[in-house]
Amino acid sequence: MSVRVMIPTPLRPYAGKRDHVDVAASTVGEALAFLLSEHAELRRHLYQDDGRLRSFVNVYVNDDDIRYLQKEATPVHDGDIVSIVPSIAGGTAVLASCLPGGNNVALRTRRKVCLAGEP
Amino acid sequence: MTMGIRITAALGEEIRRHGASGYPHEVCGALLGRESAGGGNGTLREVLAVLPLENRREESRHNRFSLAPDDVRQAERAARERSLEVVGWYHTHPDHPARPSEFDREHAWPWYSYVILSVTSRVPGEMTSWRLADDRSGYAAERIEEAVGGREN
Repeated sequence: MSVRVMIPTPLRPYAGKRDHVDVAASTVGEALAFLLSEHAELRRHLYQDDGRLRSFVNVYVNDDDIRYLQKEATPVHDGDIVSIVPSIAGGTAVLASCLPGGNNVALRTRRKVCLAGEP
Repeated sequence: MTMGIRITAALGEEIRRHGASGYPHEVCGALLGRESAGGGNGTLREVLAVLPLENRREESRHNRFSLAPDDVRQAERAARERSLEVVGWYHTHPDHPARPSEFDREHAWPWYSYVILSVTSRVPGEMTSWRLADDRSGYAAERIEEAVGGREN
């Protein structure tokens, strides 16, 4: 059976610039595995090193978050839409002054990302 | 390779108004637009609409923001309805510089433009934009072109 996996804009560069991929699968896990078999670069953006989905990745089957279903074992049926939805969050930290010099280069320190150069 | 984001003055003002009205809390929203035809390599993009969203944090709203997945889906729907894409997100840094924090980096995605507006004592200040490196190691600044013009709905 065919389900459509919708790919959000930040992941399309790793999926041949496609906004969706149609796959044959009976569970969400199978659908994502098929996707990764065709687009291996997606793996580091979707999964942690231990093989679990990153916490910042939400997966929906139609309008339902799979966390409240059977997670990756959630069954999918012909015509279902599986959507990968990125979590969006951010905020300020306790900032020290940035290092001078550089040219739009981000220098990562222990507490923050320190940037030099103006946009 | 130069990266840039173009936004009309009217939409820039809308972000500033949102930031000022939400002070001292962080506010956030979606940037809807498209890659500019003249950008080559997808490095220049135009913001043609902004979608103010609700900061879903219940605590530490002065220095944290988050969106619910349904907010993100709403933004994607709004973009599709206008034949646009979600090209990025904006948020404010109340009483802090418009520079991404480590917390921002940990939660960021590649490709998106992250616009940050500094708001000090309810007065909007510097607005900057950033993109995460593919290897997530840090950000690169991108220039903002703010031009006179209206908004597209």
